[in-house]
Amino acid sequence: MDILINIVTSFIAAAGFGIIFNAPREALWKCGLVGMLGWMAYFLLTFQGIGEVPATVAAAFMIAVISQVFSRVYKAPIIIYIVSGIIPLVPGGTAYNAMRSFVTNDYNMALSFAAKAFMVSGSIAMGIVLSEVISQIMKQSRLKRIG
Amino acid sequence: MEQYLEEQYDIMDVCLLAGKIMLESGAETYRVEDTMMRIAKNYGIKESHSYVTPTGIMFSIETEEPTKTKLIRISDRTTDLKKVMLVNSTSRRIANGELDVPQAYRILKRIYKDDETYALMTRIAAAAVSSGCFLMMFQGSWADFIPAMIIGGLGFASVVYVHDLVLIKFFSEFMAALVIGLLAAGAVMTGLGQELDKIIIGSVMPLVPGLLITNAVRDLIAGHFISGLSKGAEAFLTAFAIGSGIAVVVTLL
Repeated sequence: MDILINIVTSFIAAAGFGIIFNAPREALWKCGLVGMLGWMAYFLLTFQGIGEVPATVAAAFMIAVISQVFSRVYKAPIIIYIVSGIIPLVPGGTAYNAMRSFVTNDYNMALSFAAKAFMVSGSIAMGIVLSEVISQIMKQSRLKRIG
Repeated sequence: MEQYLEEQYDIMDVCLLAGKIMLESGAETYRVEDTMMRIAKNYGIKESHSYVTPTGIMFSIETEEPTKTKLIRISDRTTDLKKVMLVNSTSRRIANGELDVPQAYRILKRIYKDDETYALMTRIAAAAVSSGCFLMMFQGSWADFIPAMIIGGLGFASVVYVHDLVLIKFFSEFMAALVIGLLAAGAVMTGLGQELDKIIIGSVMPLVPGLLITNAVRDLIAGHFISGLSKGAEAFLTAFAIGSGIAVVVTLL
């Protein structure tokens, strides 16, 4: 049941972000799909007890790969798909907790939350970099095969 | 004669207009550079150089005539993925040789002028629904779904409204976060909502600078350090504005 709720809500949330960012109408369901698959990867991995950081790397990687496939297939800039997919992974909650601890003078908790938020943002970047590297390697090897 | 001069579009203008639209709509720096150079190349310019930062574009083309360089300033940046896509497909059509220079210029001009966004109400509704959905994704309870939806929608509406009044992005984000925090606290106090933290996190999500973060990372990877760092700074500033807006409410409680 929990999984079903997450599937539906993450799809709607990501598609909603497509509307906020004024993505073309026909791309909205793709935005939703990317967001849903990324969030499900993250959700299922953390559900299995895997840490937030590796789960975020995996989810961001998956989002970037699917977005690359979509951008090739539909001949559209990759950014349209990647943005709505990444949003749910952004550590809003952790950053909020850090902020709240800072203003209530609980600096120990604040710093550890802030460090975690920083790590999670870093792992989003890591996931995107990984997929970019792989796509470039594939592009080059294809060129060599033809040449 | 004057008429003739007005009609005389230049390859350079086409490239710069394409770059300007893309940059103002939130495209990555390397995509802007790539598109401009591609257009120039397809119109027979062997060598072109561009230097793109979030606040300005410098572009020069080398022909038999003396090198031409132009600088344009970018002051307003929004997010409009549709325009990015339209310019991208125009650039593809240029590459296929479908458009000559005046045609391309006219098409780009139309894209630039057209403000074909979703209606404001649609966007507010989208923000509201997303807020509610985010609450559920962050393990909130169904009881808080409606409050998070309403507060998220009002928060997004206030960022748009305040930004129209004062053109300082930091301030409008701060005010929106303040509104969200106050409404969420009010909802919890009156018993309409249950978990303050979850409601705030869900409602704040539409304000989170997701595009900036993604773009900053992608720019840094591509080696555009100035753009990457300044976009990162912009994202940090937004996050700081949201955080301090919420912080004010938390301190008051």
